[in-house]
Order: sequence, then structure tokens, then C-alpha cells
Amino acid sequence: MSRQFGRRKFLLYGSATLGTSILLKACTPPTPTTTESPASPTTSPSASPAASGGGIKVGILHSLSGTMAISEKSVVDAEELAIEEINKAGGVLGKQIEFVKEDGASDWPTFNDKAKKLIDQDKVVTIFGCWTSASRKAVLPTFESKNHMLWYPVQYEGQECSKNIFYTGAAPNQQIEPSIDWLLEKYKGKPFFLVGSDYVFPRTANTIIKAQLAAKGGKVVGEDYIPLGNTEVTPIISKIKAAMPDGGVIYNSLNGDSNVAFFKQLQGAGLGPDKYPSMSVSIAEEEVKAIGVEYLKGHYAAWNYFQTVNTPASKKFVEAFKAKYGADRVVNDPMEAAYIMVYLWKQAVEKAGTADDLEKVRAAAYGQTFDAPEGKITMNANHHISKFVRIGQVREDGLFDVVFETKEAVKPIPWNQYVTETKGYACDWSDSKKGGKYKV
Amino acid sequence: MFEGLLEPLFGGLSIASVLLLSALGLAIVFGLMGVINMAHGELMMLGAYTTFVVQNALKKTAFADLYIFLALIAAFIVTALLGLLLERGVVRYLYGRPLETLLATWGVSLILQQFVRSVSWQLVAGIVLFCLFFFGSLWAIDRRADLARWRNGLATLMFVISSGIAITVSNILGATYKLAATKPWFGTQGVDVTAPKWLRSGLIVGTYQLPYTRLFIIVLTIACVLGIYWFLNQTAWGLRIRAVTQNREMSSCLGIPTKTVDALTFAIGSGLAGIAGCAVSLLGSVSPNTGQAYIVDTFMVVVVGGVGKLVGSIVAATAIGLVNFVISSNAFKPLVSFSADLTAIFDFFATSSMAKVLVFALIVVFLQFRPAGLFPQKGRTVDA
Repeated sequence: MSRQFGRRKFLLYGSATLGTSILLKACTPPTPTTTESPASPTTSPSASPAASGGGIKVGILHSLSGTMAISEKSVVDAEELAIEEINKAGGVLGKQIEFVKEDGASDWPTFNDKAKKLIDQDKVVTIFGCWTSASRKAVLPTFESKNHMLWYPVQYEGQECSKNIFYTGAAPNQQIEPSIDWLLEKYKGKPFFLVGSDYVFPRTANTIIKAQLAAKGGKVVGEDYIPLGNTEVTPIISKIKAAMPDGGVIYNSLNGDSNVAFFKQLQGAGLGPDKYPSMSVSIAEEEVKAIGVEYLKGHYAAWNYFQTVNTPASKKFVEAFKAKYGADRVVNDPMEAAYIMVYLWKQAVEKAGTADDLEKVRAAAYGQTFDAPEGKITMNANHHISKFVRIGQVREDGLFDVVFETKEAVKPIPWNQYVTETKGYACDWSDSKKGGKYKV
Repeated sequence: MFEGLLEPLFGGLSIASVLLLSALGLAIVFGLMGVINMAHGELMMLGAYTTFVVQNALKKTAFADLYIFLALIAAFIVTALLGLLLERGVVRYLYGRPLETLLATWGVSLILQQFVRSVSWQLVAGIVLFCLFFFGSLWAIDRRADLARWRNGLATLMFVISSGIAITVSNILGATYKLAATKPWFGTQGVDVTAPKWLRSGLIVGTYQLPYTRLFIIVLTIACVLGIYWFLNQTAWGLRIRAVTQNREMSSCLGIPTKTVDALTFAIGSGLAGIAGCAVSLLGSVSPNTGQAYIVDTFMVVVVGGVGKLVGSIVAATAIGLVNFVISSNAFKPLVSFSADLTAIFDFFATSSMAKVLVFALIVVFLQFRPAGLFPQKGRTVDA
């Protein structure tokens, strides 16, 4: 018998290995499956038959692989936690929530395909999902044409107000604009340099920032973009130094891996937070952990929620999260927004008395309040929520010291009032005459 | 004036050194063996993760500030061993079939990425058990001549049994130890590799500060290049590698163990990827996607430099680094200040994304004139 490792043998071994890896993958996570309710012992989400009578089916659509998985995975964790809590407390309308999880794979057309699949095939009643604006823009036509419902948990650039999306992250006036005002106050007369990843959110955000700074007498000395995922930031750092030799404020809307490279190399080049303070809109507790506190200490971030926020709801949320996922995990703003949107949906469904009639659920959602970890929030008729604005400074242990917070929740303004094209417009879906964009 | 020149020179060299360091391993594997290794980036990623592990292991000890040297060695060993496994397990069946190699190694890269995301004690236990039972039984079957005719059937049976055992045991582990067993080691979030204290600031030259991490990487790159040259030109195995590269059949006839040479070359190339991964972890992120950020750039360097020539990669990396920096930092803007139009054009291209576009456009044009790169291989055996 020949000891030659033939092609057939190779195919056999190869398929065996592949098969094992698939099998192992399929069986590894018994914890993060669907409901742990006694009512639905079928734990595999994709295996359960469509529109099973026992529960209410919702979709979760985030990137579980690819460059955005880094952020979106933890949002999924928060959504699963909320669903688990609701189910433990008796579910919605007496029914357990079941979820179908789909992977958008950081690829925008995939997001759209998976959204269609969730709506048409799995017949979910709502979808919680997306992170990047690009993915949201990709699924938007699907949700509008099918008149379905998406809950979107991330702070974004605004300039959108769809009837089919509920936005539970901050609109620019709830994050970017207050942070600019705060910076103008604190660093009077300092120039600004805008750095961002090269996609929808940073570009739109920077347009807004430039308009706002122009209106308030701030000075922008430079602007630069890095392709998403790129980590070569040497040229940008040189430019920042050339544009602001005596120090100034860096406004940072980088996303993903570029952030790590940016802050690691910023420090090496001698641009510390004393002379070059930076304000970030995409760095939260999770990112601080991944970048390393040594590089970030003293820099600022603007969010609606930090893990250190001192409300009873926040403490409960942090404890529940750590109990489920491990004591070394941290929570952040998008996770909080993801957590509360599940509850807001639940409240709307309960008020409407049905989960299937989306028009009724939508109408019931307006005016819903919830004692969120960040404080008491309200869903507005423009599909955004009133949120508290906070600015945090990175401290020794990787969490944030809250250095500024609004006394009351700030009402959302989706259409930006600094940008000429949208100035004077607003959005109100509770009134059929007004709709998504009307002149005030 | 000196400082004006220093900045673009240093900036360009910093980019070039990262490019070259990450391309070195590929230049050997792709250049000398003709294997398109799409998993090169993931080997870098594993090198970076090794750095993370070493850093955490030494965090509380007296060597905390010197962890980087140990990490370099550990990263080289880990990735070299993995490269060896990859070569023995996958690549060697695909020599001479570049397309299949490309697809297979790309598949390996996806597996490695997902492995890093979801690796937990449970998963490791499952895989180890499966391998133990399945390959152990195959080995036992192969030793018994009387079982030879049942071999395929038995293998299938053993496959089912071993996966059954592996899945059951790992599920029991997960149920018994809960989070301790199911919690991913690294997770999807990146992990933080912090440069040791002495690498965190920079050398101040006038008003300019040269980051020590960049200087460290430049020195490391030079050391690696010198090491490779020494290895290839001064050692017996280096001689054998060069011989096999030039003419595989003739070397084989003359008694050079070409299979061992292949495995060794692949392992060294992979090990270099590990060193590169360790180095870039000082600059950038350490996450499952780390490798993807570098893979295109490394192929770019090797193709522009000319396949099979290390010196080509060196020159190409330096050129690309300098051009990239000069364009994106707009270093020559003062030279065109006489014309508003030219300034506007320069400003337009002076962002990192546009610079990348422009560099690739230049490379496309360059390859039209020199399809084989800067230093094409010459001789009768080139196409063989």
C-alpha cells in the first residue's frame, strides 16, 4: 500500500476538517442562542419554523465578521441581554421574544440581502440592526419599500428621517454640536483639525462641524480622511503638526482600526493631550480597552452614556451585563442605545396591543418614555429620542470621567440647522401632513 | 532646510519600513517559491496576537519593559511553526497550481480570522479531541494491513464518532464551566498591545520628534534584511534554497532535499510575517482584521519590486513609502506656491485616501512599462 498522500485522501481529510470546523462552530455557543425560556426549547434560531405560534420573532442584523464586527458584536450582546431580561420578566404581550440573528459581514449589499431575508423569509416583526451609516443607507430602500421597521442604535450624522427607522443613537445636535460648543468654550481661540474615516458619517459630520465653527468664530486649519481600516497615519500626523505648530484641538471621527493606529502614533510623535486635546465621537469604553489607556489618557469623547454614569438604571445595566458576559467586559453608549431600543419597542408593542401591525406600533412608539441608564429618555415623533449629552475624559482605569453633562434630555434635531440645504426643515411622523421633511 | 527634508524622509522611511517588513516574508514565499500566500496577513495577525500574549504574561514581572524582544522571538517561532503546518497540510499538495494555492490560502486566512474571534477553551478542547481521535484512529488503521480495504469506510465512521465525542465533550465543558470555558480568549474586539515605556516617546530633533517606535521598526527591518541576506548567501541551507529557486529539477537530481527546502522556506517566510506582526502591533490595532490591512500593500511591494528579487522589494517599498508620504502630507506644497491652480491640485490629492488612489494609479502605469517589476528575474529557467 502506497504511503502517498493522494488527491482523494487529501479531499477526504480536507472535507473532514472543514466539516468539523463547521460542526464545532455550530455547536460551540450554547449560551448566546435564543431565548432560554422553558416555552421554546428549540434554541437554534434558524432552525425554528417561520412565524412559530409561541413567540414573537424579531431580527438582529449586525456585522459578526469583517472590519465592523469589532464594534457590532458588543451591540448584539446588549440586544440579547435586553431580550433575555424581557423574556425572564414574562415577555411581550405574554409571548416570549425569539430572535433570528443574521451577519451583515461588514458588507453593505449583504446587509440589504439579509434584511430582505429576515423580512420575507423569517417574517420578523421588527429588526434591530446596523452600525455604519453606509449599512443603514443600504437597507433603507428595503425597509421603505416593504414598509417595515428598523431600530438603529448608533450615533450618526443626521440628515435622514425615515418613517421606517427608529434612531436611538444621538443626532448631531445631541453629540457633535454640544461637544463643539464645549470645546470652543474650553479652548478659546485654538484652531481645529478634523480627522475622519473616509465614509458617510465623518464626511457629513465634518460638513456640519465646519458650518457650526464658521457660525461661531472657530477656525478649521485642516481636514483629512483615511480609508476605513487603514492604519498608516504618519502623513496625517505630520499635517496636524504643520497646521497647528502651537497646539490645537483635534476633532476625531475615525472609526475602527484606524483609531488605534492614530492614537498610538500621535503619542509617539509627541502630540499629547495637553497641547493637542482630541475629541472623539467613535471612541467609547470598548475602544479604550482595545487601544490601550496609556495612549488615550486625558483625551475627550462625546457620548450620551458612559459606564460611569451614576443612575440606578445604569448600575443595574452594568451589573446585568457583567453577570452575563464576564466581569472584564465594559458597556458603552451604542450598547446602551441598543439595550434601550429593545425596551422601547416592547413598550410600543404593548401599548399598541399587537406586534404585527407596524402602523399601530409606530404610532404607539411616539411619546414612549423609558428610564434608561443615561436618564429618562423619550421617543419623539421624528423617530429620534431625547437624550442626555455628556463629555467624558479618559482616566487611569480606562473608563471616563464625566466632565460635562446636560441637566435635561436634549431634543433631537435630525435635519441640521447649520447646513444651508436643510436649514428650517423638521420631521414629524405623527402628523400625516408633515412627514419626513417639512418646512417649519 | 535640514528639518524640512528630514520630515518627508523620515515619514517616508517609516511607511517604507512597515511595508518592507511585512512584505519580506511574502517576498521569500511568493518570490522564491512562487506560492501566492493569501494567509500572509493572518500570519502577521497571529504574530501580533502572540505579542499580546507575551506582553500580558510578562506584565507583572521585572521584564515587563523588555517584553518586546521576547515577543519578537515568540512571534517568529509561533508563526514559523504554523507556516510549517500550513505548508505540510495544504500548500505542498498545490505546488505548481497558483490559482488553487491562492484560493486555499485565502480560505486558510478566513479560518484563521474566525478562529481568533471565537477561540475559547471549549473550542480548543473540541478541536484537540477531534484531532486526537480522528487522526489517531487513522494512524492505527494505516498500521493494520488487513484493514486497508475498509479504510475509507472506517475513516468516515471515525469521523462521525470523533466529531460526536468532540462536540459532546465541548458542550459538557461549556455547560459545566459556563463562561470560563465559553468566553472567547480574544473576542471580536481588538486587544491592546502597549509599547514598552522606553518606546513610547520620541527623539527630538529641533522642533520635530521622531517616534521611537518608528525608529525601532526601521532598525528591525534593516536587521531582518541583513539577516535574510546572511542566511541566503552564507549558510548551507541558504545555498540550497537559492539552488531550488533557480532550478528545482536539477537541484533535486543533485541530491538537495527539495521538499525539506520548501518547508523550510515557507516556515521562514511565515516566521518573518510573525516578526512583522509583532512590529506593527506597536503602531496599529491588534484585531482579527489586522492582517487584511497589510495584505494588499505587501503584494504591491513584491509585484512592483519584481518577483524573486529581495532587492526589488527593498527598493519598491522605499519608493512607495516616500511617494505615499510626500503626496499625502503635501510636502511639496511650498514648491508650487507660485501657482494657485497647482496648489489646488496638490491639495486635492493631499489626503490619505487620495494618496492611496494616486499611488495605485502610478503603479498601474509603471507596470504597463515594466510588467515584471523593477528587477525582473533573468535567465532560462524564469518561465519554467
